[in-house]
Amino acid sequence: MDFLSPSTWEEALAAKSAHPDAVPIMGGTDVMVELNFGRRRPPALLDLTRIPQLRDHGPDDGYLRLGAGVPYTTIIERLRDRSPALAQAARAVASPQIRNRGSVGGNLGGASPAGDAHPPLLAVDALVELASVRGVRRVAAREFYHGPRRTARRDDELISAVLLPEPAGPQSFSKIGTRNAMVIAVASFSLALDAQARTVGTGIGSAGPTPLRAIEAEKFLASEFDWDGAASPSPATVTRFGELVASAARPIDDVRGSAHYRRHALSVMARRAVSWAVTDYRKEIARCA
Amino acid sequence: MASTSTRAPVGLSSVTRDGIGASPRRPDGTLKVTGEFAYSSDMWMEDMLWGATLRSPHPHAEILGIDVSGALRLPGVYAVLTHEDVPGEKRYGLEYRDQPVLAFGKVRYKGEPVAIVAADHPETARRALERIKVDYRVLEPVSDARRAALDPDCPLVHEEGSLPLHEEHNQRGNRVRYQPIRTGAFADGASVEEVRALADVVVTGEYEVGMQDQAFLGPESGLAVPAEDGGVDLYIATQWLHVDQRQIAPCLGLPADKVRLTLAGVGGAFGAREDLSMQIHACMLALHTGKPVKFVYNREESFFGHVHRHPATMRYEHGAKRDGTLVYATMEIVLDGGAYASATPAVVGVASSLGIGPYEVPHVSVDAYGVYTTNPPCGAMRGFGAVQACFGYESQMDRLAAELGMDPVDLRIKNAVSQGSRIITGQEIDMPMPMAEMLRRAREMPLPPDRSSLPAPSDPRTLPGGVANTSHGEGIVRGIGYGVGLKNLCFSEGFDDYSTARVRLEVVGGEPAVTVHTAAAEVGQGLVTVKGQIARTELGVERVTILPSDTRVGSAGSSSASRQSYMTGGAVKTACEAVRERVFALVRERGLVEDGHPDALLSLSGGKVVSAAEGVLISLADLLGGEAIEETREYHHRPTQMLDPSRGQGSSHTQFGMCVHRAVVDVDVELGLVKVVALDAVQDVGKVMHPQQLAGQIQGASAQGLGLALMEEIQVHDGVIRNPSFTDYLIPTILDTPPMRIDVLEHPDPHAPYGLRGAGEPPTLSSTPAIVAAVRNATGRPLTHAPVRPEDIVGIDPPQG
Ligand SMILES: Cc1cc2nc3c(=O)[nH]c(=O)nc-3n(C[C@H](O)[C@H](O)[C@H](O)COP(=O)(O)OP(=O)(O)OC[C@H]3O[C@@H](n4cnc5c(N)ncnc54)[C@H](O)[C@@H]3O)c2cc1C
Repeated sequence: MDFLSPSTWEEALAAKSAHPDAVPIMGGTDVMVELNFGRRRPPALLDLTRIPQLRDHGPDDGYLRLGAGVPYTTIIERLRDRSPALAQAARAVASPQIRNRGSVGGNLGGASPAGDAHPPLLAVDALVELASVRGVRRVAAREFYHGPRRTARRDDELISAVLLPEPAGPQSFSKIGTRNAMVIAVASFSLALDAQARTVGTGIGSAGPTPLRAIEAEKFLASEFDWDGAASPSPATVTRFGELVASAARPIDDVRGSAHYRRHALSVMARRAVSWAVTDYRKEIARCA
Repeated sequence: MASTSTRAPVGLSSVTRDGIGASPRRPDGTLKVTGEFAYSSDMWMEDMLWGATLRSPHPHAEILGIDVSGALRLPGVYAVLTHEDVPGEKRYGLEYRDQPVLAFGKVRYKGEPVAIVAADHPETARRALERIKVDYRVLEPVSDARRAALDPDCPLVHEEGSLPLHEEHNQRGNRVRYQPIRTGAFADGASVEEVRALADVVVTGEYEVGMQDQAFLGPESGLAVPAEDGGVDLYIATQWLHVDQRQIAPCLGLPADKVRLTLAGVGGAFGAREDLSMQIHACMLALHTGKPVKFVYNREESFFGHVHRHPATMRYEHGAKRDGTLVYATMEIVLDGGAYASATPAVVGVASSLGIGPYEVPHVSVDAYGVYTTNPPCGAMRGFGAVQACFGYESQMDRLAAELGMDPVDLRIKNAVSQGSRIITGQEIDMPMPMAEMLRRAREMPLPPDRSSLPAPSDPRTLPGGVANTSHGEGIVRGIGYGVGLKNLCFSEGFDDYSTARVRLEVVGGEPAVTVHTAAAEVGQGLVTVKGQIARTELGVERVTILPSDTRVGSAGSSSASRQSYMTGGAVKTACEAVRERVFALVRERGLVEDGHPDALLSLSGGKVVSAAEGVLISLADLLGGEAIEETREYHHRPTQMLDPSRGQGSSHTQFGMCVHRAVVDVDVELGLVKVVALDAVQDVGKVMHPQQLAGQIQGASAQGLGLALMEEIQVHDGVIRNPSFTDYLIPTILDTPPMRIDVLEHPDPHAPYGLRGAGEPPTLSSTPAIVAAVRNATGRPLTHAPVRPEDIVGIDPPQG
């Protein structure tokens, strides 16, 4: 197995272009597990840890630009206000040791349907930036996930960053696991409200072959939500939203939980997320008034 | 104590530091927390080879042929061995010799070793495995333990006549052991219908306990080094060196003295190291290649490399009078032993004899089955047999209390055993058993504050779901539950259980020093510390060295059944007493006391010989000079009896232990998530040897029971383990583990050294039913399966297949 260790981004892109089957490694918290379990024997590893800009973060034309290698710990400690749902998801990932190394880029690279970063990226309508020697392109997270562990990323491309829109309303992320920390999601849900556009975003994790959106639920809540006064939606509305989220899922029975439970849990999380959003939204109105 | 008529002792430090009852630091503690401790997987030798194991991909299949030629051709491969290369006996086993060293004829579980390889690099060894061709004819798995126990038409896992028969265990067909127990009217042949008529209230229940894993952190590993005398030295993480030796040597075709074992650093055990894993394989490859051979299983392989806790299905019926007095109980338990017997006979012996728990019941009928299936082999795990039964009978006690409208603690107190009671085998509890008092104490412990009075009630770490942010307080209901468990301590059923200790007292650098040598396995429980404490107390010498455990000294028995403080502690104490007698003899010889001065007035303290009448007589350094005193002693506990195979009567147990738990939980009743808020324990340990280690044992056992209550289950479908990783086999984290209040009682057992009682297992029994009872209390759901799954709490069918 070759170990390619570029020290600049240009070298990294060139290496990926020359060796499209080289497996990038950032935090290594997925890659090393796969190697140790013998699930993967790639011809080469492409080490990205020496490239400084992958760990950069900062404003970028109305977005928060998050380098693909920024570890979860940094997101939790430094970027909570600018990416509330993603920071909540980051907090729910694994253990401190893994959060110190694991990155959103790595989560996107593996594209496991259980990855915690995906639902918030879907809900807030983030962009994924892909780069190769051929150039740079930005793909909406909502267009990124193509199938089980298959994405819009081409073989010669690396993920350089994700771009998160400035938060324009309440956001949340919740995840079910059968223990209270350090657990892979049985099901997860993210909700983001955009008060300016008066739209609702959702993301569902671990309940389908890919991370999913609940588009009907989004439209339903956007039309039912009291954007001016944040009056509590009726119980029927909240229930309906929960049902629409649950029905957007395509879960299976597996060792972590049954399909039926996953749908049930999604509807509960969705209902709770709405009530938290209302509370947050009211606070926001009060603050701005 | 001090008497005015005796001279005050001169120059004597009143007690020897760090003796029993103190909490000295454990000698391996600092190394372990700083990461410097050498575990068995860290061993390394110049020139060593790496072993690897080819395992069966099928739960049940006939082996038609094995072709190793492709593997042998791979450069770097030194040996590829199959069952044909086993030099001696082809099978071994803890209780029955039924397990092939390497499979021949048939494979009986997925993961069974079929061939082994030694190569100069682990990766080469792994690749060699891929080149071994095994031709299988797949057979129907025997997956249903109940069917294996009760259906005479069930296909056999072991061919008729292929095993030595154990009639004392009613072994037959797929039954490894069947143990009935009949007392009262049942012993006279009464039917359940007849006995049922004596009761006012009847409750029945069916319960299941899933397959729990010991989840030790240090995977199976060891290093075998060929010796010049044709023998082999094996450095190994195990629980019992001599039982390993006894099983390994015949398979290698060597006398026991040519197979020498030394304990390597053990990364946890909990029963999983009681059976052999790679021991014989490493020795075979070392002897074959003439080179040291190391094995280290990886985490996934480890799930196939050791036995697990027997999954159990149980059917109970309890009848009581209106006032709560128990009249009768019936129990049927089926324990799935998987492909090989391992400890199944003993597990059945415990599950049956303790099957209805610590309650006085006049009429009892128990049928306990341990069976062969083609599921993963199950054997020893902390509290075996008793853990499964305890979940059943405690669930029943709660059900009965609800039926009677009685407080569950009052119902337990009403029927509680005490000293002098007889358990269902007719055995008298001839040691203190203050169960009623323990229950009262558990009930009276302060309760944790309500959620509303927490300093930060919305801190997600205090809520079910934790930092995953599933609730800000919505759907949370609190519940309280109790559990009591009765556990046998030390080996049972007629086994002549003993331990051996060699103790040496000599002067080193002008100071008295003691060396203690045993073969007992330190598996993390802290026995090394306790051995040192006993030597200090008995010999009044602070400097004590514990030698590495190996087979150069007699057997210490197993580090299991909560027995080592009792047994090896007893052996060290006895050996120390023998050394002390020789010191006193020397004192008399030297004329330091008058003839006829009773030994009872002499003691050793602070490195000196002290007379109660005359104070310090002489320092040990002066007395011994260049002489060393060494004594070796065996310590046996009192004999026990086999249960008779038809009515299950007999004094089968050495000692009884008990723990009471009270659990407080917060349940998210909509999502089915649980946060255990408090898990408080009352335990009688007879005598506290080391307070800190005792707390560690009680807390650890409680946490392991918590795991079984809420998350730990190896999911097996048609013989295939579906979650062989710590990603999907979940054990509690610190956020799942609540503060634990511990109330320790010390009513000495007159039969045991220092009056102590084994302490490591009882809390594993009671914590599981207490937690599940608390979740039932919060949800109103029946919850008959441990672990409780979120689906069970919200009332959805659990995942199938
Ligand atoms: C104990 C443990 C617990 C875990 N718990 C969770 C959890 O709770 N939630 C969760 O979501 N995940 C969890 N994971 C998985 C893992 O930590 C996350 O997926 C993490 O985000 C991976 O990031 P990384 O930087 O370590 O990725 P790596 O392991 O370095 O890479 C992961 C994948 O992404 C690819 N990749 C990495 N960087 C790039 C790039 N710049 N461009 C293109 N491809 C790239 C790699 O080739 C690989 O396929 C856990 C892992 C472990 C070991």
